[in-house]
Amino acid sequence: MPAAPAPAALVPTELVPGPWRRVSSRYLVVDLIGTLISTVVLTAVASIPFWLSGVFVLLAIPGVVFVVGVVVAAFTPRRVRAIGYQLREDDFVVRRGIMFQRFAAVPYGRMQLVDINRGPLDRAMGLAELKLVTAASASNVAVPGLPLADAEELRDRLVELAESRRAGL
Amino acid sequence: MARPDGAAAENLADGEWHRLHPATPLLRGGFAFVAIAGFVIANLRERILGLFFGGDGPGAASGDPIAMIIQQGLIPIALLVVLAVLCVIVLIFWLSWRVHSFRITDELVEVRSGILFRTNRRGRLDRIQGINVGRPLFARLFGAARLDINVAGHDANVPLAYLSGRNADALRQVILQLASGSRAARAGGQDVAGVAREHDGTLAGIVSQRAREFIAPERDPGLAPPSAVVTMHPGRLLGSTILHDRTVIFVLLVVAAIVLASLAHAFLVVFAIVPLLFGVGSQIIRRFSRSLRYSIAATPDGVRVGYGLLSMTNETLPPGRIHAIEIQQPLLWRPFDWWEVRINLASHSDRQEGGRRTTTILPVGSRAEVFAVLALVFPEIVDEAVLAHLVAGLARATPGDGFTTSPRRAIVLRWFSWRRNGYALEPEAVLLRRGAIWRDLVLVPTARMQSVSVHQGPLLRMLQLTDVQVHTVSGPIRATLGALDAADGALFFRAVEASGVAAAAADRTHRWATQPAPGRASSTVPAAEPAAAGPASAEPASAEPSAATTAAPALPGGSA
Repeated sequence: MPAAPAPAALVPTELVPGPWRRVSSRYLVVDLIGTLISTVVLTAVASIPFWLSGVFVLLAIPGVVFVVGVVVAAFTPRRVRAIGYQLREDDFVVRRGIMFQRFAAVPYGRMQLVDINRGPLDRAMGLAELKLVTAASASNVAVPGLPLADAEELRDRLVELAESRRAGL
Repeated sequence: MARPDGAAAENLADGEWHRLHPATPLLRGGFAFVAIAGFVIANLRERILGLFFGGDGPGAASGDPIAMIIQQGLIPIALLVVLAVLCVIVLIFWLSWRVHSFRITDELVEVRSGILFRTNRRGRLDRIQGINVGRPLFARLFGAARLDINVAGHDANVPLAYLSGRNADALRQVILQLASGSRAARAGGQDVAGVAREHDGTLAGIVSQRAREFIAPERDPGLAPPSAVVTMHPGRLLGSTILHDRTVIFVLLVVAAIVLASLAHAFLVVFAIVPLLFGVGSQIIRRFSRSLRYSIAATPDGVRVGYGLLSMTNETLPPGRIHAIEIQQPLLWRPFDWWEVRINLASHSDRQEGGRRTTTILPVGSRAEVFAVLALVFPEIVDEAVLAHLVAGLARATPGDGFTTSPRRAIVLRWFSWRRNGYALEPEAVLLRRGAIWRDLVLVPTARMQSVSVHQGPLLRMLQLTDVQVHTVSGPIRATLGALDAADGALFFRAVEASGVAAAAADRTHRWATQPAPGRASSTVPAAEPAAAGPASAEPASAEPSAATTAAPALPGGSA
């Protein structure tokens, strides 16, 4: 075991080398609009105590919510760029997040289901979300922001790979 | 309806449609039936007493419907109505019994039922996760048993309720043999079914047969010689129940309730505690009564775990159906070196009390018994190296015990357990060791692992640590390990993923007897076998539609 501390913290390229496939840049718009809507709604909800009581101190709650929303929105471009996936020889690897990084690898033989989901914003931008389902609910592997044609192609490819490596549960 | 109980148990697995035990509707509605009868009798008690002892009865009171009927001379009509209702009930019972049938073919088990709303349920034999023979108290009086065939998925059991007890045992055997994929299954199955003889027909024979069945833990011990690995000593069970964390919590809650009520007069708080007490208390009692007749034994087709005192269940788990196993120790058990073993299974049928699945495979056992159980459920995984890791995994951490543990800086997050907190990797198993005060060891067979992930948040990044998780099917066990060195976490991620892919490719447990000669459960292909033929083509074209494309194919189908 390496006695010296690791040279750097978990850097994506270190854990799984190789070219990462990125999601469409149009997904940035979808994510931003989604963040915007939820920020507005949450701020409105958080300001209810103020409207009911009229105490000015309570304005701090919607204020904090709003600032958090803005910060999340500010990091959206980086977060979208951080989403990546790879089709490796035996498994599908997904990475997400910058502040909270998560890497997940699913062997092809373990896939039970491949979903394609499209919300209204996704549809407007011609995007789709691809979701892999295994027998474990904790797997939770999804790739948002794929162009529809790419998503369908990827789904067919994954199903084909899964079939060729099929195993029991 | 009055089909005799069968001179010999039929061969029910011949691919044809068969019906269930004739008393099925009565057994299913058993409690309701008893309750209604009890209600009627309780209401008519005085009248019946009066009838027998010649008193003039209290019935003259106005508003009593029976008195009214008698007074108005409506007895014949009333009797007719009662008779008609009874006829309708019997007819419905008979119809529901007629349309409720099942068949078992080489590939699947299928049940269809329902008069108005027809349902049809199929389970694929190679996705069987376990077969449960349950004998609720009421059904036991009739010598009947329910067979629950658990296939993978949520609420995905195919119940055959009820069968005559002999048939249930023979059928379990045959289904397991068919599922194992052994070619001799059909002939063997007939033998097995033929052997299972019912009583000799005389009344004395029936009575003694029933009595024997009522007490026997296994319906037919001759079918599977019981080589019980662990026997439960009542003393130890009692001691372990008293010293269990749950009991300690229970006592503390009681003390808190008494103190609050007497000193602070905080009755509201007490009211909040009381439901909690009921919950914890019933858990303790249920664990105790279920475990009193606990047994675990090896059979040719998997591990058989028996439970229950009044409602008995007896589940057979084919090889390779256990997705994760956890050995843990409540704090006060440590002086006695007792451990509890739990498992994750891919099927959940926690709906009915008779077929409740158990996730505790060993309620309490010594260290040696834990190892015996592990050797039983993972015969091909537990070798010398794994055993060494298991020994180290249950002990205090020492340097060089084979576990890669958290670095010293993880002390911020793992105050006491950072020395113990770690993992060990074997080609076919991942071992996660956690906890210093509450010791805990998780073993995941890599052939069953679904996926693996690694996380890092801002705090962990500052400390150069990561969390890892091996994803298994849902159950009581979560195979997570926190606060590892970032480099060790990355190593874990890569190694587990690689060994998972290799083990899954070599795994044959969904048709566990196909490749080698049919027989022992432990004779599955060693997973280290080089996948020369290619993992896909080695499977003898089971001709099932793609498992991975559409909806989970093992799940039962919709209505017909």
